[in-house]
Amino acid sequence: MKISSKSIKLGEGDSSFTSEVKARSGQNPSRCMQCGKCTAGCPVGFSADLPVNAVLRLVQEGLRDEVLGSRFIWLCAQCRTCSVRCPQEIDVAALMGTLRTMAWKGGHVADKRVKVFLGAFVDSVRKHGRVHELGLMMEYALRTGRLFDELELAPKALGKLSLRPHASLGADEVCAIVERAMKKGEDR
Amino acid sequence: MNQIQYAYFPGCSQTGTAVEYDMSVRATAKALDVELIEIPDWTCCGSSPAQSADKTLMAALTARNLRLVEEMGRAGVVTPCPSCLKALKVAGEYMEHDHGRGLVGKLLDRMPAGAVPSASILQVFVEDVGLEEIAKRVVRPLKGLVAAPYYGCVLTRPKRLMGFDDEEDPQSMDKLLRALGAQVPDFPFKVECCGASYGVPRREIVVRQSGRILDMARRVGANAIVTACPLCHQNLDLRQGQAARSLDTRFDLPILYVTQVLGLALGLEYHALGLDKHAVNVRTLVDAVFEAPRPVNEEADRCE
Amino acid sequence: MRIGVFVCLCGSNIAATVDVDRVAEIAKGFPDVVFAKSEMYACSEPGQMAIRDAITNMGLEGVVVASCSPRMHEVTFRRAVERAGINRYMFEMANIREHVSWISKGVEQNTRKAADLVRAAVEKLRLNKGLTATTFEVNKRALVVGGGVAGIQAALDLADSGLQVVLVEREPSIGGKMAKLDKTFPTVDCSACILGPKMVDVAQHQNITLHTYSEIEEVSGYVGSFEVKVRKKTPYVHWDACTGCGLCMEKCPSSKSPDLFNEQLKTTTAISIPFPQAIPKKARIDPLVCLKLTKDKCGACAKICPTGAVDFGLVDEIVTESVGAVILATGYDLFDHTKYPEYGGGKYPDVITSMQYERLLNASGPTSGHVLRPSDGKEPKRVVFVQCVGSRDASVGRPYCSGFCCMATAKQAILTKDHIPDAEVFVFYIDVRAPGKLYEEFYTRAREEYGVRYVRGRVSKLWEVDGVITVQGADTLLQAQVEVDADLVVLAVGGEPSTGARALAEKLRISYDAHGFFMESHPKLRPVETNTAGIFLAGACQGLKDIPSSVAQGSAAAAKAMVLLSRDRLEANPQVAGVNQARCIGCGKCAGVCPFQAIEMTEDRWGATKAKVIESLCQGCGVCNVACLDKAIQLDHFTDDQILAGVKALCREWKEKN
Repeated sequence: MKISSKSIKLGEGDSSFTSEVKARSGQNPSRCMQCGKCTAGCPVGFSADLPVNAVLRLVQEGLRDEVLGSRFIWLCAQCRTCSVRCPQEIDVAALMGTLRTMAWKGGHVADKRVKVFLGAFVDSVRKHGRVHELGLMMEYALRTGRLFDELELAPKALGKLSLRPHASLGADEVCAIVERAMKKGEDR
Repeated sequence: MNQIQYAYFPGCSQTGTAVEYDMSVRATAKALDVELIEIPDWTCCGSSPAQSADKTLMAALTARNLRLVEEMGRAGVVTPCPSCLKALKVAGEYMEHDHGRGLVGKLLDRMPAGAVPSASILQVFVEDVGLEEIAKRVVRPLKGLVAAPYYGCVLTRPKRLMGFDDEEDPQSMDKLLRALGAQVPDFPFKVECCGASYGVPRREIVVRQSGRILDMARRVGANAIVTACPLCHQNLDLRQGQAARSLDTRFDLPILYVTQVLGLALGLEYHALGLDKHAVNVRTLVDAVFEAPRPVNEEADRCE
Repeated sequence: MRIGVFVCLCGSNIAATVDVDRVAEIAKGFPDVVFAKSEMYACSEPGQMAIRDAITNMGLEGVVVASCSPRMHEVTFRRAVERAGINRYMFEMANIREHVSWISKGVEQNTRKAADLVRAAVEKLRLNKGLTATTFEVNKRALVVGGGVAGIQAALDLADSGLQVVLVEREPSIGGKMAKLDKTFPTVDCSACILGPKMVDVAQHQNITLHTYSEIEEVSGYVGSFEVKVRKKTPYVHWDACTGCGLCMEKCPSSKSPDLFNEQLKTTTAISIPFPQAIPKKARIDPLVCLKLTKDKCGACAKICPTGAVDFGLVDEIVTESVGAVILATGYDLFDHTKYPEYGGGKYPDVITSMQYERLLNASGPTSGHVLRPSDGKEPKRVVFVQCVGSRDASVGRPYCSGFCCMATAKQAILTKDHIPDAEVFVFYIDVRAPGKLYEEFYTRAREEYGVRYVRGRVSKLWEVDGVITVQGADTLLQAQVEVDADLVVLAVGGEPSTGARALAEKLRISYDAHGFFMESHPKLRPVETNTAGIFLAGACQGLKDIPSSVAQGSAAAAKAMVLLSRDRLEANPQVAGVNQARCIGCGKCAGVCPFQAIEMTEDRWGATKAKVIESLCQGCGVCNVACLDKAIQLDHFTDDQILAGVKALCREWKEKN
């Protein structure tokens, strides 16, 4: 548990960031009264640098770098416990998803391992049209240098994993879709 | 009996780590007269990684499959994976609005005409076939199975999108399991997140969450956890050893797919349901709970 | 007619965007206007003096004031012109504040619009007639609906002043929620000890007629003259014979009746007295579980009763009470926490509500005041309070703060430590609201003296397994998710209007807000009055509040009722409908649409059916005039001609162009 202390000058945040998050996610950060119910039910917060209510607070204050540079937004599992229970009916998970996409597109990667995994997944889809699980694991291992993490699972899993990808005949079409999406930096 | 006909979207997991889920879905669908025709050339829906990169990417990848379903002339598509189901529904929403169609149109050349009805295999069995009909066909009631019903966090959330059961206390699987003769204790963690796809990059999340779920299942007296999601299965089964070690214990808790449990009750065969492919041994439980597996063709045995 | 126009600056409220002097100049050119000037604050004393002087000096017969909304000062100005000798209905207002200066900034267009509105007012005034109010007698009796602490206070104040009071209470006993409490904050007074004497006073007061186990069936009439039908539900016991000895309870074999006074922590006998200090202390039978009433068996209570008071054949009785004023003090109910599946949805025995906990703490409660877990009867060593259950939560339709739960929990936390000194007590809160006198000090005491641990964060979920309840919450100040294992969890449930409040409001024709709380006339200045003459509010039914505020409002409502009832006669509003019988074709549409049943169909001297307005019931809404096919029924002071004169004035410019 890390609690760090800061001295912040209010009013120096970027309100255009708050507006951008509001527009992209369709959620209004001002509705949040920081009751903490989201943090209370979040399954991943224990592993993150900030609890989810703090991320929302930072959004309210327009502190762009702190938000997009946080690890939490990469760890959100989209389990929607926060959204289901928020008394102010904010779809917190949607907001966190928006922040991750903004961070990804903007090159802010606070959790390299998660980003690499997600990127390898998308890449696997691009190459084969369907995810090649073994290929995904190998690409992840190579790009993170973590070669031995999952070795203990190998005997149990290998029986079900195929060495070769199950390519689909639609792979070409999928490749085009992914490449177009990853090339553009355009807005939704 | 009239056959219910659907297009079938297996999802990538079902070709790999969750192949037994696919086997049991097909076997039980056949046994219950639900015709599933696999979408030819189906491709990945993108799931959460694609959504993280760009929500429209996921919508476009999935919309391609919606188009294929339309081309098949099927009224609806069924999938066993909640994440794929969510993608199908989100893509459907994009297809219903001009703005969404415009965004997807920039990525996908040939678009579907509109949304296509989609459902999970659990929903099809519970709502379309019906519990009464299923109960009638039970050959081997599952006495002795104390099943913790684990739905996972995606299947019923958000309600307005997924349109099935309840976000906090779903009952469809509970009722199905009871109709099959099993005991279903009150399970407070039935919709707790298992850690999703963080098993590889952030194992501590899966270890902690799956550990909590396994521990709670044991505390409420369950001798198995029944699930309807391939990722939940993977985290609770494949990674059960990791979770157990973190809590300095052993679980030895079989993790069964709901379709496998259903298949056993309907008299289907052990290997046909892929029960030999689990990381945590299932055989001991199955033998204890059921009589020895018998061939399905013995009609005479159906009159119990 | 000689008309004077006064255009108010209202400081800069109007003058900033309306050239009031120009408006006055333009007004001088309007027909019948002999005098026009601007005035800094028309409603102030010098302003009113100026109007009165002008009336006297210029011989004015009618006055137009262009200023704020009539809802603000129409009454003020009418009184002013009356004091100067002209009929108060020879007065019109043009709203150039809310309708002009407050909504638009362009001076040129505002000035023109203001001038147009003044013209419309002038044209209407030219057709106005002086109206004289009739008076009617006031029935100097009051009705108080609801026997909680607010209603009790109101009834006692009214009765002490010499007025006759009827108090109607739905439950078998008065006392409301306060009677269920163990202690009250911040004094930690015993609730029954402070409320009890008042309840006895009510029972013994010669000026109070008490109907308990009764509800309002029907209300008709109007201020000063209401007729109220009260349904006295049958207790199947003659209460004039019942002595409250309780022998019947001892003999009753059926104990399936839900014990509502004890918040259903236990059941009670089919025939029961609700609690020892009940007023009246009489027995009543629950017809749903009584063996005699459901299966025609038993009847033990009737046999054992020493006065023979039990009577299975008793039926409901309707009594009619005539009163001049009504005070509503119907209180509140608690939020149904089973609506939160994440808090167990009601399936965990050791997760209880604050009111249930209050009954456990109470010496006359189901555990004789021992704090024991409902599941196994053991004493809890760790008690966790969860705040804002059904309050400050838009997702369950309760966005408001209930106002009393923070203090109630602080009190219950202190009492827990009193009962179980080595207990650990946690409170999960968002904010602690302690606005009243000595409230903040009480909260401080809970933390400093009693060691109650406050954790800032809402609870996401809780579950009970093997007799232990795990509470999953947050400590936002530590930026952490927290979990605590508890033996007992108390949910501080919020409040909502009593069941049936909306239906009662509709019977009385008063307004209620989106949540069902009765609407006061003005939230700041008139909190105990409604917009329906003669009906007043007191206590939580108007808005959730604590005991001191409820008592204060009880007295306040009584004072307002006393003002009303201190007069022998009241003025009726002369702005009523009237039927031109020559035009009336007797179709009866007006009578059908009148919300106040103020129109009757009678026969004229030639036997033809004609409508006739009962002036004392007419509220001047005008719906009849809208429904009337040939406009035979007209509303005094708002006749079709008068209204159209104003409309024509506004359309004049357009008409001239076309």
